[in-house]
Parts: sequence; structure tokens; C-alpha cells
Amino acid sequence: MASIFRRRRNRATQTERVRERQHEGFLRYAGFRWAKISGALGLIVIVSYALIDVTPRHNGGSWYGYTLGTIGALLILWLTALGYRKRKMTSDYWSLKAWTSAHVYLGLSLIVIGTWHTGFQLGWNVHTLAWALMMLVILSGLYGVVVYATLPQALSNNRDQMTQMQMLEAIRAFDRQLHSAAQPLSPADTAPVLASLDENPFAGGIGARLSGRYPRCATAAALSALAASHGSAPEAREKVVGLLRQKQAALARLRAHLRIRALLEIWLYVHVPLTFALIAALSAHIISVFFYW
Amino acid sequence: MSEAVKVAIIGSGPAGLSAASRAGQLGMSHVLLEKTDHLSDTIFKYQKGKRVLATPERLDLRSDCRFAEGAREFILGNWDEDAANNKVNVAYHADVVEVTGQKGDFAIKTAKGDVYRAENIVLAIGTQGNPNRLRCEGFDLPHIIYQVDDPEDFKDKHITVVGSGDAGIENALGVAEEALENTVTILNRSKDFARAKAKNVSDMMDAGENGLLSIRTETQPKKVEPGWLMLETPDGEEKIPCDVIVARLGSVAPRGFVESMGIEFTGPDREAFPKLSPTFESTVPGIFVIGALAGYPLIKHCMNQGYDVVEFINGNTSLTPADEKDLAAIFAGLPQQKSVSEWLDYLRERVRIFADVSPLQMREFMLDSKVAFYRKGEVVFEKGEPGSSLFAIADGHAEVEVGPDITVPIEQGSIFGEVGLISGRKRGATIRAGADAIFVEVSRTAALKLMAAVPGAKRVINRISLERQLLQIFKGGLTVEDLAPVVDEAEVIRVPAGKVVIQEGDAGDDVYVIRSGSMVVEKDIGGKPIFLRYLPAGSYFGEMAVLNDEPRNATVKAAVGSEVIKLTGAGFKAMLAARPQVRAATEAAVAERAQMNSFIESRKASYSSAVDLYSDTASFIMKEGLGEATDALLIDENLCVGCDNCEKACADSHEGLSRLDREAGKTFAHLHVPTSCRHCEHPHCMADCPPNVIHRGPDGEVFMEPGCIGCGNCMRNCPYGVIRMEAAPPPKPGLLSWLLLGKGPGPGEPSPKWTKKQLGDEKPKKIAVKCDMCKGLAGGPACVRACPTGAAIRVSPEEFLSIARLDEATD
Ligand SMILES: Cc1cc2nc3c(=O)[nH]c(=O)nc-3n(C[C@H](O)[C@H](O)[C@H](O)COP(=O)(O)OP(=O)(O)OC[C@H]3O[C@@H](n4cnc5c(N)ncnc54)[C@H](O)[C@@H]3O)c2cc1C
Ligand code: HEM
Ligand code: SF4
Ligand code: SF4
Ligand code: SF4
Repeated sequence: MASIFRRRRNRATQTERVRERQHEGFLRYAGFRWAKISGALGLIVIVSYALIDVTPRHNGGSWYGYTLGTIGALLILWLTALGYRKRKMTSDYWSLKAWTSAHVYLGLSLIVIGTWHTGFQLGWNVHTLAWALMMLVILSGLYGVVVYATLPQALSNNRDQMTQMQMLEAIRAFDRQLHSAAQPLSPADTAPVLASLDENPFAGGIGARLSGRYPRCATAAALSALAASHGSAPEAREKVVGLLRQKQAALARLRAHLRIRALLEIWLYVHVPLTFALIAALSAHIISVFFYW
Repeated sequence: MSEAVKVAIIGSGPAGLSAASRAGQLGMSHVLLEKTDHLSDTIFKYQKGKRVLATPERLDLRSDCRFAEGAREFILGNWDEDAANNKVNVAYHADVVEVTGQKGDFAIKTAKGDVYRAENIVLAIGTQGNPNRLRCEGFDLPHIIYQVDDPEDFKDKHITVVGSGDAGIENALGVAEEALENTVTILNRSKDFARAKAKNVSDMMDAGENGLLSIRTETQPKKVEPGWLMLETPDGEEKIPCDVIVARLGSVAPRGFVESMGIEFTGPDREAFPKLSPTFESTVPGIFVIGALAGYPLIKHCMNQGYDVVEFINGNTSLTPADEKDLAAIFAGLPQQKSVSEWLDYLRERVRIFADVSPLQMREFMLDSKVAFYRKGEVVFEKGEPGSSLFAIADGHAEVEVGPDITVPIEQGSIFGEVGLISGRKRGATIRAGADAIFVEVSRTAALKLMAAVPGAKRVINRISLERQLLQIFKGGLTVEDLAPVVDEAEVIRVPAGKVVIQEGDAGDDVYVIRSGSMVVEKDIGGKPIFLRYLPAGSYFGEMAVLNDEPRNATVKAAVGSEVIKLTGAGFKAMLAARPQVRAATEAAVAERAQMNSFIESRKASYSSAVDLYSDTASFIMKEGLGEATDALLIDENLCVGCDNCEKACADSHEGLSRLDREAGKTFAHLHVPTSCRHCEHPHCMADCPPNVIHRGPDGEVFMEPGCIGCGNCMRNCPYGVIRMEAAPPPKPGLLSWLLLGKGPGPGEPSPKWTKKQLGDEKPKKIAVKCDMCKGLAGGPACVRACPTGAAIRVSPEEFLSIARLDEATD
């Protein structure tokens, strides 16, 4: 073992080793290495389950069930460790991409390992609760992989080389221009514009953030109010309407940006708490098995 | 007219002040002439509260004035006291405009018309020069300023910035900061902003679009009045309200003034300095030059020289320079025992490039150099190792491994390692000591200074490096004698970025070698230029036409500002004719290139869009300046989920500050070039670092060793805006206490708010912070390791644009 690592280390300088010529995503990492490994793992479990004859029947309590259960529990702990690995910047060589790749595929293999561990005996008890939570974590993980695979392009297209700060800055700049352009308007026309100025681009709550729909948007309201109004001098109004349109477009970009970012993150707020619930249920499951068989 | 003094010191910076203080202590009659109304204007103009650093640490201070690291105000306060205690005789508002006479009787005229008489002159005017002034009516009104110390000094004002170089744009952006509520206008005489960095221009355009400032091109000031400014615009005159005018029109370097006294410089380049004797005497007897003007920008050096020069003028010949101890340390490891000056003479006698170097310059170069003894067979450096220093052979000889089991000797007195010096790329061959030997290793910066200061050294280095580069390209089989005719006719040509060197379809048979920079090769296929290849420094092109006598079959143009060496086709042919095996090797290389070209052409026929994308991606990468990168961070936005773990990893691996800005930067076809150091082939950031702490490390990384003085030169010189001036935040609680107990700000760079709260009133010093490619971390670049999806990679452009990319896209 030691010699393998030593050889790896000598192969080139560290920087060179981390270097890659092309981009390779976590799903394709190392020619789908972890997909193959966990596929094989799943296959072994399914085949051996069919071949091995356990008396009286397959369940979690047989030696075979214990084996799968142990593997599954350890795997869950290891999968949880990703959260630590992601943030612990030790200086030795590791690649979070490789970890994520293994996490995703080995996590999926738990569907087989966990389910076959039960021997398909499900019921209304803490054991099944642990299994159900595990399936939910996996399901949310699957959602995560789908958004990771599909949304980055949309995020990139929408931001069009702008940073989030610049988007905010653009909105503020329109606000400043609106502020002076609205001076000549009649009081009735000024009110909706002021409301738009007061609007916090981040407000709107989680629902609006995820859907990207802001029905109470003050800028949209100001736009329709002024378009319909006949109060102030037409030129001044035209100018304000034009600025409001531009602000509206800038807001739309920022909101789309926030929406995609939220979609890329929100599932982790399910995945991670459920993971902790799973670990709690898993502990209860294991303790109860050992104390009350 | 006043009584003649023994010495007049012009300029009261650290150098001049220290000289005047010594004169005061010695009771020598003197006068210190200062053009402003305070001492030491350069330091006076530093930002308020700036920490002034006292590097190099090893060097002892020898001066009658105090100096140690501290805040600007503290140091200036000390100096005012010291000047008084040392009985320095200062004349303020004495802007010297003319010096006439000769040693023993100089007449020094100031702008006010006063004339001072002196036997000797010490010139210590620094390198800041005089700012160019407005030339319109009202140019002398007091609300015209030439620099902005602190943008916060201006609130709710109408400010007009005149001048559209980097300084003007940066000042305009500073005062245009939204919270200050200023109304800012920037004027540009011409249509575009050609003199400024692209990043500054785009920041300014953004600010303009966002209504933070108004940008007026083809406009210049016509008349300045209190509160108002008359403009001359393309549509006639216009009067705008204006409380403050910031004029940033560049400055006149002091060189012209210095030369007007008859003082000679070492060469025409910008890097040249006045020619000086070991006692700092210039080519005009009786005029001595010290400090930044003499090429010593660090305050400590300036002060020591001020002391020394007055001692010399006073007739003290036995003074050993303050750097004697450091030089002795440099020579300490050598087998022979010699005194420092014996060693310096030994080197000057035995090494060709040091032959024309003055003893004073020699001391300076040696301080930036190393001397070491090597046993026979010992490796000096290995092929492929990055490194940019130059080696000179003082004793023994070196051996170059040009091919398997082929070595070529390099004789005593010559140099090696010069390719890294010129092209900044990796070492091309392994070098060993051919006998027990003494080699001098000169750092890249010192070597460049040497070339600028000593024309003889420059000629020798250029010639040797061309010979070597050619030997390298044509792998063995050639001797220096074979090359002589080619090298004699060779011509070095500077090519600005984007300029075509050879045009497809043209006749011509010259061969070019890329000395520095890089080129792209393009071919017109179906009416569109298609990218064929990226050629880094050290490659050659144009050889196809020589071999087959056909017109050029592709266009080659500079990816970045480059230097190529033109060899005549006839000379090249003669050389090939003399050496059949070299001809064969060249033919083989040509065949390989031709094959690759036809591969791309064939792909273009069947997979047109993939080839176009490849080609457009290459153009984008070149446009972003990656042509001069050796290692750049590239993010695939098809994969990046925007988690910013890369930034967090960078911050957590380095004193809590991120050296990359993921979101900023340009994107093309989802390929994003974030703001992060590219480890340029010729790092612009290195150009002007007073303590010389920016170096290239063993993995090719450009990094800063401790000792940054926070002057911000590198930040301004980097065209890619990747250097930040920042103070490290205080340490934060560990990861587990954050995960489990919620303590501290969590992973990544802490928010300024958190840092501020931790620090209270303490203001730590801001120093330059940039990517060091995670130098010293066993695992390599943290940003890449920490990306969960594989979006972030670090590559060199030639690796990234390899043919494999196209192959993959079209398979
Ligand atoms: C932002 C910044 C930060 C820096 N930080 C550090 C640091 O932390 N540590 C460090 O060691 N170095 C630092 N440096 C470098 C250092 O400040 C200068 O190299 C040093 O001040 C040079 O000293 P000098 O005496 O040669 O000239 P200067 O300090 O430039 O002084 C020249 C003086 O001559 C006067 N003068 C010019 N022309 C005339 C004339 N014709 N007639 C009369 N008087 C004239 C000027 O008004 C000025 O007072 C920094 C430089 C900058 C720009
Ligand atoms: C029982 C099984 C699983 C457990 C316990 C688990 C646990 C975790 C934990 C603790 C994290 C770290 C989140 C963070 O700190 O940001 C994580 C991240 C993640 N998980 Fe899982 N997971 C499981 C299964 C899966 C599966 C099956 C998939 C995919 C099909 C998946 C996909 C992901 C992804 C994509 C991430 C995000 C990686 C990142 O952005 O750094 N997980 N998981
Ligand atoms: S800091 Fe800037 S100039 Fe220096 S190497 Fe990096 S990108 Fe190049
Ligand atoms: S290579 Fe290291 S120092 Fe450079 S940006 Fe990446 S993490 Fe930061
Ligand atoms: S770590 Fe990777 S996915 Fe996350 S922001 Fe950086 S490049 Fe994008």
C-alpha cells in the first residue's frame, strides 16, 4: 500500500498532478469508475441474495442481513462525512470531485444494499423509519444530481458575465436615475415610483425566490400605473416609464439568478437535515436490534 | 545670492534628509533644497496611516535619522525632530530648475529665481517627477489637484477628472463611490481609452452605465473658474459645475532634468540609471546621485547612502559600505577565502557579462544573487524545472544534456539558464557541473537590471541565448560554428499583440523563432480563420516554406506582445544543407505539423460547428490574455453550481483571504475565465517591486515571499486585476466548533464586518495578496481540489487547446 502511494507522489510535482487538460464532471469522473463499482456492488448483492439460502428466510437479523446492514450503516456514515470533507481544507491530496462522484454512486447503491438488507420486511416501526428516511435522503440526492446537471448552464446564460454585485449595482443605478427623473411627475404618479425605489430586491420570501414570480412587485405595479396614467407631462412620464422598463429587466435578471441559485441549494436543506434524522433513526434501529432481539 | 556651501542636497526624501543630517552632524556647511513645504514629499503623499516597512531586515541602518517600521505619521514626525536635532539647514519651496558650473563652484537655480552656490551637489530627487499640468486658462487655481489621497475626503461635490490613463480612471472610480454622493465627470481628449488597462476601462464603462459617473470623450477643459469648468466638446463649448478638478495627465520623469546637468545614463531604456562611481559620483565630477534616482528604492538603502555619500565628500575613504556584511555572507560558503572586494574583482575578471559592470553595480547585483560551489557531476537544474534565474560560470565548466548521452560543455566565463530568463518558461535541459565549479546565480530581476544598465552584458546575453535557443530547437547535430552565419544576420523584432507575422498565401522564406510571448497559427478554411495551433515561446515557425518553396500555408500572429527572431531563409537553408541529419529532423517536424493541419481541415469538412467552436474558444482564450499565461484557472459553467467552494478553499488554505474571484471575469460558450492569477510567462507584477519579493517558484508559480511593503505597484502593474491589497483577518475558530457549536464565521473568507468586529480599532497592514498556486501545499491547488463538480481546472493554454480537445468534440 505504502509503496503505491509513494509511487504516485513521485510521478510528478503536486501541482502537475492536480492539473487536468480538460474539464471532466463528477458524474463522468475517471470513466465512470464509481458508477461501475457501485453497479457491481448492487449486482453482487442481488445475485448473492438469490443464491444464498438463509433459514428460515431473508431478513435483517440473519448473518447475511447483518453483513449488508453493517456495510450500509458504515456507508451512510461515510456518505455523511462528505459534508466535513467539503469544508476541511487539509493540505494533502484529495479531490472533492472524486468524493462527490463516489458519494453519488455509492449513495445510489444503498437503495439495493439497504432494501435487500431488510429482506423486504417493512412495517410500521423504527426499522422501517430508518429505511424510509434513507430512501428520502437518496431521493433528495437524486434531485440534487439532476439540478447539478441541468441548471449551471441556465445560471451561466442568465448572468451573462455579470456578477451578483453588478446586478444589484445596476438596479441601484436605475433607482438613482428614477429618483431624479420622477421629480417633475405629479404626486399621484410619484407614489408608485417611490414604492419601486423602496423595494428591496431580495424581499419576497422563499416562495417567490423559488418560483421566480413576484406578484407584488412594486416596479411592475409602477410600470402599469404610469403606463395607464395621464397625470403628468408626457415627456417626463415617458422617461420614467423607460427607466422603469429597464429596471424591470435588471430585476428580472437578478431574480432569475437568485431563483436558479436557490434551486441549486434548497435541496441540501432537505438532504442534510434528513441525513441527521436518518442517523438518529439508524442509531435507534441498531440499539433496538441489539437490546431486544 | 548666498554664501557657497560645501554641499547642496537637492530633495529631502529619506536619502537627501539623511545626507543633510550627516552634514549637520559633521558641521559641514550645507543646504537641503526641497521643492514642497515639507520634508520627504513621496512619503508625505502615502495614504494616511499607511504602515511603512523597513526592508531589507538584514541590512543595518546607518543614519543620523531614526527609521523603523511604523505608521507614516510617526516616521515623518520623527524625521522632523531629527532634522532639527541634527541642525539641518532646509530651504523649502526651493524647486531646483537648473544647475550650472562645475565641481567647486556650482550654481543652483530654483523656480522662484533664487540661486544657491555649492562646491558639491547631492542629487536625491527620487523618481516621482513632476505631474503634467493643465494647459488651459485658469490652470493655476487651487482647486486643481494632482492626486487623490483618500476618496473619502470628497463628499457631495462636483468633481471632474482630467486624463484617462489608469491613475485618472482609478481616482474617478474612487470618488464616484456611491456613498460619497459626488457628481463625477471624467474627460478624455480622444475617442477611446487606449492608455488604460482593459479592466479599468470596463469598470469605468460599467460605472458609467450605472450612472455613477459621466464619461465624456473627445472633450477637454477650456477654462477653469472657481466652481465652474468650461469644456470644449465636439458640439462646441459647454459649462459644467465643478468644485474640484483632479488632473491625472501623467508626469515628467526627472531624467530630462538630470541629463540637462550633463549626467549620463547607462542606456536609453526606462530601466536605466545614472552612471555612478563606487562613491555615488555621476559622470559630472562633484554631482553625486543617491536614493531612488540612483536605482535604490528602499528607504533604508536611501538613508544609508545619504550617510555614506556625505562621508565620501568629507574625504572618508575607509568607510565600508553597510551591505559589506550581507555580501560577506553571500561568499561565505565558498571553498577559497577572499575578502568581499577580492571576490567582486574575481568575478568581474572571470565572467564575460560582468566585465563592463562598475564596482558599485557589482555590489548591487551580488546582493540579489547567490554564489555556490558545485562538485563535478552535481546537477544545477533539471530539464522541465521552472526557473528564470541566470547562471554565470566563474570557475570550472558546466555540461548541458542536449540529448540522451549527448552533452555539450559550456566554458568558464560564459552563462547558462538564459532561456528561462528571456522566455520565463521551464528549463530546456539538465545542467551539471562538468568539473568542480563555482557558479553565480543571478535572479531574473537583477539580470534584467544588469542588461538595462550594461549594454555590453546585454549583447553577450542576447547572442548566447539565440545560439542556445537554436541549438535547443534543432536538438544536437549542430554546433555554435554552424549557427554563426544565421545568428550574425538574425534580427530581433517586437510584435504587438494581434499583429500578423506571416500571412497565408504570401511568398517569403524567413524563419522565425519566438523569443518571448506566444503566437497563434490560423488558416482560412471556408472563408473563416480557423485556429490551428498555439505556439509558446521557444517554438519556431515559417520553416515549411523554406523546405518546399511554396507560399505560406497559414497565418501566424502574435497572441500577446512578443519578440521574434527573424532568420533569413537563405542562411537557414545553408545551415540545413551543411547538416543532413538536422534537415531530416526538421522535415519530420514539418510533416507532423502538416498532418495536424490536414486533420483539422478534414474535421472542418465533416464537423464544421465543432471546429468553429474550438476555433472560437481559442480566440476567446487569446483575447483574454491567456496567451501569456503558464497556468490559468478555467471554470466550465456547464458544471459550476456556484457554490463558491473554490473561493472558500483558497481562503482557508491561505491566511483567510481568497485569491480568486469566481464570478468576475469573461465567459464564452460557458467557458469562464475567473479573476485569478495566470502566472504569466513574463509577470508584469514583477516589474517594479521595491523590495523585490515577487518570484517564480519551482512549480512555475509566481508568488510573493514575505517582505511586501504594501506599495501597490504590483497591483497596478498586473493587467488582469488579480492582486488585492488586503490585511489578513484574525484567526477564526476551527471547523468543528463551527459545525457543532456555530462558532465563528464558518468556512471561507470572513465578512469584513466580522473582521472589523474582531479587530476593533486595530488597523493591520495591507499587503499584496495573490494566488501562489498553493505553493507548499502537498496536495496542490486547493481551488481545484475543492470543486465538488469538476468545474474548476488549472491548465496552461497549450495543454487546454491541445488537439485532443477537438478530437473529443468531434468524436
Ligand atoms: C505608495 C508607496 C509606498 C512605499 N512604501 C515603502 C515602504 O513601506 N518601505 C520602503 O522602504 N519603501 C517604500 N516605498 C519606496 C520609497 O518611498 C521611495 O523609494 C523613497 O522614498 C525614495 O527616496 P528618495 O529620497 O530617493 O526620494 P523621494 O522620497 O522621492 O524624495 C524626493 C524629494 O525630492 C523633492 N524634489 C524632487 N524634485 C525636486 C527638485 N527639482 N527640487 C527640489 N526638490 C525636489 C521631492 O519633493 C521629494 O521630497 C514606497 C513607495 C510608494 C510610492
Ligand atoms: C443515505 C445516503 C446519503 C447520505 C447520508 C448523504 C449525505 C450527504 C451529506 C451530509 C452531504 C453534504 C452536504 C453539504 O454539507 O453541503 C451530501 C451532499 C450531496 N449528496 Fe448526499 N447523501 C446520501 C445519498 C446521496 C445520493 C444517493 C445522492 C445522489 C444520487 C447524493 C448526492 C449528493 C450531492 C450531489 C451532494 C452535494 C455535494 C456538494 O455540493 O458538495 N447523496 N450528502
Ligand atoms: S499577478 Fe498578474 S501579472 Fe503577475 S503573474 Fe499573475 S496575472 Fe500575471
Ligand atoms: S491555486 Fe491556490 S492560491 Fe491559487 S487561486 Fe487556487 S486555491 Fe487560491
Ligand atoms: S467550487 Fe466548482 S462548482 Fe463551486 S463555485 Fe467553484 S467552480 Fe463552481
